This record gives sequence, C-alpha cells and structure tokens, in this order.
Amino acid sequence: MIAVALWSVAALLALAPAGVVLSTRPRGSIILYGGCLIATSTLCVTALSDLLYVPQLTPSATLPIGLPWLGAHFRLDALSAFFLVVINLGGVAASLFALGYGQHEDSPGRVLPFYPAYLAAMNIVVLANDAFSFLVAWEFMSLTSWALVVSHHREAENIRAGYVYLLMASFGTLALLLAFGLLASGAGYDFDAIRASHPSAAVAGMVLILALLGAGSKAGLVPLHAWLPLAHPAAPSHVSGLMSGVMTKVAVYGFVRIVFDLLPEPVWWWSMVVLLVGGPTATLGVLYALMQRDIKRVLAYSTIENIGIIFTGLGLALAFKAEGLDWVAALAFTAAMLHVFNHALFKSLLFFGAGAVLGATGERDMEKLGGLIHRMPKTAFAMLIGCVAISALPPFNGFVSEWLTFQAILLSPQLPSWGLKLVIPAVGGLLALAAAFAAACFVKLYGISFLGRPRSDVAASAHETDRFSLTAMLVLAAFCLIAGILPGLFIDALAPVSKDMVGNIMPHQVGLQWLTIVPIAESRSSYNGLLVFVFAALCGTAAASAIHRLASDRLRRAPAWDCGYPDPNPAIQYSASSFSQPIRRVFGSVIFAAREIGEMPPPSSPRPARLRVELHDLIWDALYAPIAMVVGFATDRINILQFLTIRRYLTLVFVALILLLLVVAL
Amino acid sequence: MNALRDILSQGAQMSLVLGLAPLLTGFVRKVKARLLRRRGPPLLQPYRDLIRLMRKDVVLADNASWLFRVIPYLIFSGTWVAASLVPTFGNGLLFSWTADLIAIIALLGSARFFQALAGMDVGTAFGGIGSSREVMIASLAEPAMLITVFSVAMIAGSTQLANVAEFMGSDAVGLRVSLGMAFVALTIMALAENARIPVDNPATHLELTMVHEAMVLEYSGRHLALIDLSSQLKLLLYVSLIACVFLPWGMATADASVARLVFGALLYLGKLTVLGFLLAVFETSIAKMRVFRIPEFLGAALMLALLATLLRFVSGSL
Repeated sequence: MIAVALWSVAALLALAPAGVVLSTRPRGSIILYGGCLIATSTLCVTALSDLLYVPQLTPSATLPIGLPWLGAHFRLDALSAFFLVVINLGGVAASLFALGYGQHEDSPGRVLPFYPAYLAAMNIVVLANDAFSFLVAWEFMSLTSWALVVSHHREAENIRAGYVYLLMASFGTLALLLAFGLLASGAGYDFDAIRASHPSAAVAGMVLILALLGAGSKAGLVPLHAWLPLAHPAAPSHVSGLMSGVMTKVAVYGFVRIVFDLLPEPVWWWSMVVLLVGGPTATLGVLYALMQRDIKRVLAYSTIENIGIIFTGLGLALAFKAEGLDWVAALAFTAAMLHVFNHALFKSLLFFGAGAVLGATGERDMEKLGGLIHRMPKTAFAMLIGCVAISALPPFNGFVSEWLTFQAILLSPQLPSWGLKLVIPAVGGLLALAAAFAAACFVKLYGISFLGRPRSDVAASAHETDRFSLTAMLVLAAFCLIAGILPGLFIDALAPVSKDMVGNIMPHQVGLQWLTIVPIAESRSSYNGLLVFVFAALCGTAAASAIHRLASDRLRRAPAWDCGYPDPNPAIQYSASSFSQPIRRVFGSVIFAAREIGEMPPPSSPRPARLRVELHDLIWDALYAPIAMVVGFATDRINILQFLTIRRYLTLVFVALILLLLVVAL
Repeated sequence: MNALRDILSQGAQMSLVLGLAPLLTGFVRKVKARLLRRRGPPLLQPYRDLIRLMRKDVVLADNASWLFRVIPYLIFSGTWVAASLVPTFGNGLLFSWTADLIAIIALLGSARFFQALAGMDVGTAFGGIGSSREVMIASLAEPAMLITVFSVAMIAGSTQLANVAEFMGSDAVGLRVSLGMAFVALTIMALAENARIPVDNPATHLELTMVHEAMVLEYSGRHLALIDLSSQLKLLLYVSLIACVFLPWGMATADASVARLVFGALLYLGKLTVLGFLLAVFETSIAKMRVFRIPEFLGAALMLALLATLLRFVSGSL
C-alpha cells in the first residue's frame, strides 16, 4: 500500500512544475485541481483501507534520495494512516472547492504551482520515517504554504503576514531540529533506531519541551500563535481551509510522533506542561476570535481554540499513561484524535464558506455583510451546520469529541499526583468556558454575516456560489452530521492508532445496542447521537404537523415589529463589535486591556461624538514586541559595518581569522 | 412485555413533562401574585394562552428567512427531548442511556444557539441586544453548569442521571460540603438559564433590560406558542433536575409496580409544588440586577462549582 501512497505523492510533486505551464492556459486550473483531486482521493482511500483492514501491518520503504548514507525512509503505520486520511480528506475537499473557486483567481501563476507541492509536502511529513526526511518535508511544507500566503502580494497586510509566518516557521523548525538532534545523538536519524534507543530522563524532558515549541508553533499554541491569525486568512480560501484544517493537524502529528512514539514512557510532569499550555490556548483562542470582525480571522483564531482542545486531550493521555491507567489514556487520546478529524471537517467547511462569501461579495469584514441567507441559501445552510458543529452542540461531531474529553477529565481523581489533581479540574473549567465562548462566537459570525439585513450594497447583490464549491461544502457538512450521529464507527477506526500510541484501546463501540457510545461502562456514561437526532427530528416533525393540522397553518408577511419602532436603516442592527461588547466588557478588560473611550466634541462643535474601542494583544506586547525591539536595536548597531572602508574590512577578516585559529588551537 | 412497559413509561414521562410544564409556570405566577397580594391569573391560564396563540395567524416580518420559521420547532424538539431524559417519577427510562447529563446540558445549549440566531434574523435592534446579552450570560452559565455537573458526577461516579439519582437516594452519599456548594451553584444556574429574576424578568416587555423577551420579540402565533412552551419545559426540566439530584427520594425504580409508579408521580408533584413555591418566594424577595451585575452573580456560581469540584479532588469524603 505504501507504494500507491508514494506514487500518488510523486504525482502531486509532478503536478507542481506542471502548474507553471497550466497557469497560463485558460482551463489550466481545472486540470490542475482535477489532478490534485484524483491524487488526494487515491491517497485517502489507500490510507483508509490501510487503517481499517490491515492495521497490524506497517509497510515501509526506503528510497535512495536524501542523505547518501541514510536514504529516505518511509513507513505507513496506523498513526500515519489516520493522519493521511485527515490530510487527504481535506485535500479532496479543498481541490473540489477550488475547481470552482480557483477559476476566479487573479494571479493563478502564484497559486497553481505551489498548491500540489504543499499537499505533497504534508503527505511526506506524515510518511517520513527518519528525522532528515521529516525535517526536509516539514520545511518544504512551511515554504510552500508561505508562498501561498503571499500569493496576493499586493496587499501590504499579506506581506507582513508572510514575514511573521516565515520567522515563526523557522523558529519551529529550529526547535524540531534540536529535538531530533538530541534524539539522534545516540541512535542516528532513523526513527526505528530512535525508538529502540533509551534517552535519559533529562534528554527526554528536553525533547518534549522542544517538540512542544516546534510543533506547537506550527499548530498555533498560545503564546506561539501570533503568526496564525495573520497568515491563515491571507491565503486564498481553499488554502486557508487546508492550513487551518489540515496543516495544524500535521503539527499535531509531529508532536504525537515524537512524544508518544519516539520518546520512552512519559513522566507525569510532561502532561502538566502540555495541559497548562493546552487549556489556556483553548480559552484565549476563542476569546480572541470573539473580538474580531473579519470572518477569516475569526476562523483562524477559532483554530487556535481547537488546537488547545486537542492538546488538552493529548496532555490528559500523557498523564494517564504516565500513571499506568492506559485504558483512560486510550479514551483521552481517542478524544484528541477524533477532534483532529472533526476539526479538519468543520474548519475546512467554514473556510470554504468564508471563501464563497468572499467570492460573492468581495468582503471579509462582517460589518459589511448581512442577510446572505436570502441570497446564498445553500452556502448559508452548509455554513449553519459548520457553525453548529464547531460550537460543540449535539447532534453534530464537535460535541462527541468534547464529550469524550470531558469523560476523561471526570476520571482524573484517580491520578495520584497532587499537581494534576488541581490542574485538571481547572483545565476542565477552561474547556467548558471555551465551548461556551465558541457558541457565542459562531452565533456572532453566522448572525452578523448571514442573518439580518444587508449592511452594504455588495452584500445586497450577492449571488450563490458555483456548484463545485457547493458540493465540497455540502459533502463536508454531511460528514459533520454522520460523524456526530455515528461516532462509534470513527472511534473503532481509531483503535489501532490508540493501541500503537498509548498501548490500549477504548471498548469496542460498533455492535452496542442502538449504536450508543460507551467510553468506559454503561453505568458511568453513554451517549447516542443517532437516537438524539432521530428523537428530536420526530418530536419536531410531530409538533409541526400536529399544530399545522389541528391549530393553524396561516401565515402573513408584514413589516418587522421591533417594539413599534422599526427603522429601515440597516445600520440600526447590532454590528459585530456591538454584539461582542458585553463579553468584551466582562472578560476583555483584563485579558485585552480593553478600554472604551468616548470622545465628546466640545460644546457648540458640530462634530459627532465618537466611541473608540482600544484592544491590546498583551501577549504580543509582552513577548514579541520586546524581542523585535532588541533585534531592531542590535541591527541598528551592526548596520555601521555595512559602510566601512576596504582597510577596515580587511582588518575585520584578519581579526576573525586570528580568533578562529585561537579557537581551533585551544 | 418488558419492552412495552419501558415504552409506556418513557411515553408517560414525555407526555407528563409536556402536560405539566405550563401548569408549573401558572403555579409560580399564581404564588407570586398572591405574595404581592394580587389575585393573579388562574392556574390554567398558560394553557389557554398557548391554545390561543396556536390558533392565531403567524405574522412574519418581511425580512424573515426560512431559518426563522424552522427555529421554533428546533428549540421545542431540543428542549422536549432534554426534558424527557431527566428522570421525574421513575428511574427506569427507556432512553436514559441516550444522553447523560453533559449531553442534556449541550442539547439545551443547541436550543439556545438557535434562539440567539433567531433574535438576529430579522435585523432589528432589539433582537440583537437580546442575542448579544444571552450569549454573554450563557458564556458564564454554561461552564458553571458543566463544572457543577463535574462535581456531582464525581461524587456519584457517573454522569448518567438515572445512576446519579440512584446514588443520591442511597445511604452512601452522606452529608458533603461539595454537594451543598453544587446545590447553590445549580440553583443560581437554574435562575439564569430560565431567565428568572434577578437575571432577567419573565414578566417584562418593552424594557431595555430584557434578554429572553427581546430575542423572541418578532415571533407571533404558533411560533411564539412553541417558544413559550419550550421555556416552560425548560423551567420544568431544571426543577426536575434539582429534584432528581438533590431530592431523589421516593423515585420509582426500573422494575417498580404500578402502585409504586403512581406514588412516585404523586411525590414528584409534591416536589414540584415545593420547589415552585420556593422559586416564587425567592423571586418576590429580590430585585432584578442590572445587566453588568449578572456576571458577578454567575461568577459566584462558577467559583462555587469549581470549589466543589476541587474539594472533591482533594478529598473523597468532602
């Protein structure tokens, strides 16, 4: 099976140079995205069949490329297979969406060559079985995605986003490079050799921290998230969907591969570190999202939240694994992996919807949208499902993974360590807060952009998007529902992954009465999304038909009531910033140092009074701004070296030579 | 035979909550009026209101979308399903394993999500104010609720309501500090979730402080009837939840005789009366808070719930 996978990746790589040629042809984008669609669906099917039918086989291959004495090692175990499914499901959806959306691209030459290369890079990261290929693929993925981020290079904002992204990506790779350096010191670059080696506890701890920094900066863990809300929205929407829905998952893969697979048995404080980063990431990410008014930026910040949820699950799994409770570790790990899958589904869907809105109106600013449900009914329907799913509401899929995470948290009193006993309930509280904020955030996103009355002419004259884009969105929406009402199937499919990584599996789910999911025992907890869905659908239909038949089914249209004071001006509606004002007032004064400044004109001045809101990103101010300042200061000082005379340069070279010789001699 | 019994018992539960919900609201209103030395509307007035509303035409705002028309049914079905999963008179519900306490809270969360969307659909200022404040209240109430659930579930060793009720009714539970805290937190949550005083005023209209009423301002006719019925169901759900977790005595077990079931039902009615009376007394003795005092009130509940959970982590017996 790995041969098929590698050939498909090779096909994707071959499509990249073809993209240069195709970008000049009128129907080139269709051919390219069609090619990507075929390659990714082959990969997806291959990986899925591998995960479902032959999970115990782990085929590997070695290609004579890369370092001459090492070659490039590839391996397809259950973990890789699962992440291949996630990546390529996202890839299939994005390519399908782009078949329609990509035709409106202004400069296809800046997108088409990089898109297949980017897909291929993500696949290679997951397949790689030695540190060298892993890092090369990782860096290739960063660079191709950077090229896509700056594809609309005429907007100054995008260039800044690309710059920050490039810096943070280099930082992440550096951390991973050091992590692998520590791991490989006694064993070599091959993952198989690393697995067999036994690094000391101190080295393992350092590798954990470095992996958290490296993978976490790519995934968007707070405080390494600063680049994400800049870069993800800057790319074309199908690429944004891939970056948020899929590439952050590749980062999660990197973390899981290093910490759960390559490192020896965990120690309890590892989980403490991961939990203390994951919980605040979830809450802060969604609070940031609530304060935004740009649709794509809201979605990018919400990605940070979901990454926080995933890392919380992974932290729980580490804690339970360290204490030998591997059956609970399996529950927490499965919850995290299920959330990886779920988030890939609904985040891609939501970014595609944002792309459809952007294509129809040219606007990403919610304050200029409104009423799109009338003009883009199908997009609005798909987006509604995405919004409900990401808010972790039943019967959709987001709820299932959060529910499983909560079940794992409820088992944490069994842990012996006191630190964890105090941290885990607090993290549970943070997750609960994040879930509630997420609902608020997506009520806002949907309510402001799709409901109400149009706030601008472009929103009033929007049109439905093309049928490829619609198909991609509706398919993803259908997956969100299926994964929500039949979660047992997905949990069972994850069993080999959890077996490999934490050494145990959740109880077998399919075959339980009525497809209920039971994480531990029926006396503890169970949830049946299918029955809830059917039950609610029946109740709703019964109520509707009874009322229509027995009472009244008449309906008339009239102007809105609004307590007797309707105003035809759409500006009277709540705007995105006014919607989040109460939450900003309650939570923002501390977290964002938010201030509302009322500027009253002096008496007798005809100027209107203004209300200005000041928000500060305290993490940026406290962490990034000082670093930038120091670097700026240092470069200013070094700058004089650029304007020396030839004599002084020669002196410098001479001094450098002497110093080097001294170093060598000593 | 057993399956038939289960279905009958589940069906009885569903119709019982649906039938009793308006009565509970009518009862609370009546007691409140009597406490204010008014005569008050008759006990059955909520039923009459519902029937009258259902027979009336729906007057739909010009700008309302299809979602606006579907939402009342979504809210109603979500709330009804949630309410029929909370054990009332008997414990052996057929579908009790369909959703545990967390899922019931989340189902109500779905209903609230749609309610807040409905407030924004027509594009009026009042709808927006209602939705915006509702999500602010929810952003505190929902976590507090979940953490309360955590503490109760850790004591009972299950998030399954039937098992929680069974455990709480047994002698194993004893007197615990964390349970007391969870009880206070749950009561505050119940007030906030049901838009009662001091968080919101169910009797007000045309006031800038209203939250729930502002969201449903554009609804009329059968849609409004369904939304009213849903809020009544939600009140009943929370009262039953408190009764089921903190006063589970006399609840019929899964294999109880018919006499036992009837006894359980009578006892349940008694619990509803007592809790409804207490609610009315509480509401008449406290003033409505201004909007930005609510976070402090709910924050207190959040802290209590967290403290209850932490106590539970620290010591198994507290």
